[in-house]
Amino acid sequence: MSTTHMNTHDAHEAGAHHDEHHDTGGNTVFGFWLYLMTDCLLFASVFATYAVLFMNTAGGVSGKDIFDLELILAGTAALLVSSITFGFAMICAHNKNRSGTLMWLLATFIFGGVFIALEIYEFQHLIHNGNGPQASAFLSAFFSLVGLHGLHVTAGLIWMVILAVEIMMTGLTGRSLTRLACLSLFWHFLDIIWICVFTVVYLMGAI
Amino acid sequence: MSDHSSEAHSHGSVKSYLVGFIWSVILTGIPFWMVMTEAFDKGPTYITIVLLAIVQIFVHLKYFLHLDFSEQGKLDTYSFIFSAVIIVMVVALSVWIIFASNAMMM
Repeated sequence: MSTTHMNTHDAHEAGAHHDEHHDTGGNTVFGFWLYLMTDCLLFASVFATYAVLFMNTAGGVSGKDIFDLELILAGTAALLVSSITFGFAMICAHNKNRSGTLMWLLATFIFGGVFIALEIYEFQHLIHNGNGPQASAFLSAFFSLVGLHGLHVTAGLIWMVILAVEIMMTGLTGRSLTRLACLSLFWHFLDIIWICVFTVVYLMGAI
Repeated sequence: MSDHSSEAHSHGSVKSYLVGFIWSVILTGIPFWMVMTEAFDKGPTYITIVLLAIVQIFVHLKYFLHLDFSEQGKLDTYSFIFSAVIIVMVVALSVWIIFASNAMMM
């Protein structure tokens, strides 16, 4: 009971201080957006590398032989669902609903975790069958591109845990809201990258 | 004032997220279905999945990343358009150059 009271109090405190820090929060989110744009360029370069190298299979397997589209569809579904659950977490956060935010963050974490688990399974399966990144230029480019996206998602999951702990400890203050807004951009941005990955790598590779 | 700018980034209604989600399920489902069932020829399949991916990117930008041309959101949109131009140049021109030189060496 007293915790709830504290939260409301904190929320009002944050609201009162919010005005001074408004610009800082908005600028932080815009700065993070600019970082995401540079990250876009990084992904674009790796996509270009993949597009150049994907036919050089060194006599080994090509995409058509190794891609398991049902697995990819499951991973894609998990990532899409995690996008909307993060959206709900943001709505709860703006309504100062702390438990709702944490619950939706947990849901997002689980679906993101499922995506990463499926990706690790896929990679482990490929390496086990001798189709590791050293086997051909195609596989090097494939592991770099898909692995880079996977690393980003993993970083997002770690960030989510840290932010959830912060929200548990300090409540939804102006600062944690700004951080949540940045993570939200990061998470939805990774979803857009994944659209490009499953279209260019998996679907076009499997046709 | 700038609370709006952070809202432009992060705020949306349950309805808008659901609309975006349903669109992206449809736009993901169709290309996977086309490729997995091999219901169409290669050429039309290629064109359709690329077009649907582009549409889906715009759906995500609008409903999940909340990009728009409002007073608060337009800086984000402009920086995205700038990056998109650079990306098209990096990817499309690299691929063009490499494939052309590859063809010349054949």
